[in-house]
Amino acid sequence: MAFTLYSLIQTAILCTNAVAVLHEERFLGKIGWGVDQGVGGFGDDPGVKAQILNLVRSVRTVMRVPLIMVNSACIVLLLLFG
Amino acid sequence: MNVTMDLPHHGYRATKQRARAAPPSADSVLFDDTSSAAPPPAMNSQGYYTPGYNMGALSNDMQGGAEVNNLFTDPMANAAMMYGSSLANQGKDMVNKEISRFMSVNKLKYFFAVDTRYVMKKLMILMFPYTHQDWEVRYHRDTPLTPRQDVNAPDLYIPTMAFITYILLAGMALGIQKRFSPEVLGLCASTALVWIIIEVLVMLLSLYLLTVHSDLSTFDLIAYSGYKYVGMIFTVLCGLLFGSDGYFVAFAWSSCALMFFIVRSLKMKILPSLSSDSMGMGSSAKPQLRLYITVATAIFQPIIIYWLTSHLVR
Repeated sequence: MAFTLYSLIQTAILCTNAVAVLHEERFLGKIGWGVDQGVGGFGDDPGVKAQILNLVRSVRTVMRVPLIMVNSACIVLLLLFG
Repeated sequence: MNVTMDLPHHGYRATKQRARAAPPSADSVLFDDTSSAAPPPAMNSQGYYTPGYNMGALSNDMQGGAEVNNLFTDPMANAAMMYGSSLANQGKDMVNKEISRFMSVNKLKYFFAVDTRYVMKKLMILMFPYTHQDWEVRYHRDTPLTPRQDVNAPDLYIPTMAFITYILLAGMALGIQKRFSPEVLGLCASTALVWIIIEVLVMLLSLYLLTVHSDLSTFDLIAYSGYKYVGMIFTVLCGLLFGSDGYFVAFAWSSCALMFFIVRSLKMKILPSLSSDSMGMGSSAKPQLRLYITVATAIFQPIIIYWLTSHLVR
């Protein structure tokens, strides 16, 4: 399996896009991973599920605007260079 | 007058000389620079200017000396050189400022403070870790000791050199089998680099998800995942010298040694932090999950070694 750096960038963009399109009410709420389940233990360490929810929510908040720009750039480049 | 500076080779795999622009500003006792035995560069720049003014009239024996002196008696060239060096200094300061916004250069310097004795001992431990007794990383008033003073400290010199040597060795192995072309070298390098990045990201993600409060920084993880290249080089060499049987024997040996090394090293860093932050309610799932991380990292090493070397030794 020969990787290039370009395929790594592609993988990163695709994964970040996948995390960003998860809709909280429609999808995560249905499988019990909604907004209210994340905030839990303040004293002890939060569990794995709370950490994953935190991670998903922070990725969505932080990467929303940069993803728009990166996706537009990718679309333009792929249209031009195939 | 000889104005060139010869840097002494040190280290096991000094494949390239590292030019040091200036000795590091001594911020702590731990980082004294023992590598450059030559006079500091300030004297060099003075050495450029004085022969021009004093010895221009003398008859010159050496050809090289004559050309250097003629160049620097010309005041225009002098002014141009001073302007150029000030411009270069400005550029260097700007680059340093930009880089230090992303990663602290001091932390990086810690990982390259090695010497020959450390490198030899570390390579011995990587290949034969079964007799090493004490795996604890020693501290000196809250800061971890440099690799020069503590054999258990991770460093980035060995992984970097091993990575470069592995790429060169892969090129040579492919050349022996007449499958070489320059693009293959770049492909091999980027594949290995991508696997390192993937492994470090997965480790960081799993350490974050399980809220393991260890002091493993990103550079530590890069160092620990770069140690497998030493095993890879040994495996490929044995495969080239002794054929397919030698390859499998060396592969088995280096995988066992590397798994042992990784488990013992990471156990010290990941597992003991359990006792400090659990308040008596330590769930039994936690130590198991941390053990799983350590064992999974160890199991991942032989898989990657096999994946990245089997196509070199047919």
